[in-house]
Amino acid sequence: MTDDGRLDLSNIDDLINERTKIVALAHQSNVLGTVNPIREVTAKAHAAGALVLVDGAQSVPQMPVDVRELDVDFYGFTAHKLCGPTGIGVLWGRRELLEALPPFLGGGEMIETVAMERSTFAPPPHKFEAGTMPIAEAAGLSAAIDYLRDVGLEEIHTYEHELLDYALSQLREVEGLRLLGPADATDRGGALSFTLDGLDGREIHPHDVSQVLDAHGVAVRAGHHCARPLHRRFGITASTRASLYFYNTRAEVDALADGLRQTQKFFGTA
Amino acid sequence: MQLESMYQEIILDHYRNPHHKGLRDPYDAEVHHVNPTCGDEVTLRVRLDGDDVADVSYDAMGCSISQASASVMADLIIGRPVKDAMNTGDEFLKLMKSKGQLDPDEEVLEDAVAFTGVSKYPARIKCALLAWMAWKDATAKAMEAQA
Repeated sequence: MTDDGRLDLSNIDDLINERTKIVALAHQSNVLGTVNPIREVTAKAHAAGALVLVDGAQSVPQMPVDVRELDVDFYGFTAHKLCGPTGIGVLWGRRELLEALPPFLGGGEMIETVAMERSTFAPPPHKFEAGTMPIAEAAGLSAAIDYLRDVGLEEIHTYEHELLDYALSQLREVEGLRLLGPADATDRGGALSFTLDGLDGREIHPHDVSQVLDAHGVAVRAGHHCARPLHRRFGITASTRASLYFYNTRAEVDALADGLRQTQKFFGTA
Repeated sequence: MQLESMYQEIILDHYRNPHHKGLRDPYDAEVHHVNPTCGDEVTLRVRLDGDDVADVSYDAMGCSISQASASVMADLIIGRPVKDAMNTGDEFLKLMKSKGQLDPDEEVLEDAVAFTGVSKYPARIKCALLAWMAWKDATAKAMEAQA
C-alpha cells in the first residue's frame, strides 16, 4: 500500500506470476474508500494465467458496476450494504468456471439424480443452491435493487461524490484529525476513516470518539473494521469510521465535524 | 448529562496518568488479552509473593475506559491477598453487569465505583473488564506454575 492509501502496483509483476492461481481483491475499500484499478489488475492476472475474484460489497451500492467491462472472473456483493436485508449475497461468475467448480453444499434442488453409489448435479446456478433458499431475504434483495435502480446508480454515484468532496474539505479543517486513505475524491468512495488527536496532542481513542459522537446523535464505527493488518500498516490499532451514503446530507457532515470538535473539548485537559 | 455519568473525573484522571503502568521484571506469568471489536489490547504481568499480589504491571493500548480500569485495578489489588483481590474482581464484574441498577460497595471497590455509569453502555462493559480478565488469567497461570 502507498502512504495515501492506494494499492502499490510497482512490484505487481513479481506478485502476479506464473505460479499465481487466483487474485482476490476488493473493488472499493471499506476503510480507506479507495477504488482499486480492477481492469489493470485483471489484465495482469489473466496474462499470467490467473483468475480474478473481486469483492464488490462497497462498490455495487455506490456506482454502476459492469462485470463484463471489468473482465473479472468472479464478483461478489452483499445485500445488507445496498439497503437490503441481512443474510444474503450474490456471487456472479463466468458460466464455464461455475460449470467446472464442484458443489460445496449438498441438498435438495442442486441434484439431478441421486443413487446410493453416486449422484449427478444440476447445472449452475442451482448446483450451488442446496436446500431451501433464504426466500424472504431474496425478495428483500430484489426490492432493494429495484429501489436503487429507481433512484439511479449514476445519480447515487454523482451525489455521493459531491458529498464526499464536501466532507473531505470539512474534515481537513478539524485540527488533529488524520484521515486514512486518499485525501481527494478521485477514485474514492464514501468511507472516511480517521484518527483524532485531542487539543493536547494526545490521541483520543476511537471508542471514546464514537461515544461522544453518539451522545451528539452521530453514529460512526470504531475499531479496525475487519482490517487489522491494514491498520498495522498505517501504524495504528484502530480508527473511527464515518461512512456516507446517498441518504446523508451536508448538514449531517457538519454535525460530524462539530461533534468531533466537541469530542476534543470533552477530552481536553483541565 | 449522560456522558459525564460514564466519564467520571476519576476515570479521566486515571486515563491521563495511569498508575503502575509499564511491564516490569521479575514476573510469574504474562498474558495478552484483546477486545477485538474496538482494538483494545493489554499485556499484563503478575508477580505473586506467597498468597499476595506483589505486583501487577501492564502495557495497554486502548480507550479511556479500558486504560483507566487497568490503573484503578492495579491500585486496588497490589499488596493484597489474591483471594481478596479475586473477591474485588467479582464485585466489579457484578457492578458491570448491573445495567446501572446496583449501588456499588465503596468499601470493597473504592475508586472502581466510578465505573458504575459504564454498566449502562453495553458496548463499553468489555473495556472496563479487560484488565480484570487479563489479571485473573495471569494469576491463574502463576498459581498453576507455583503448584
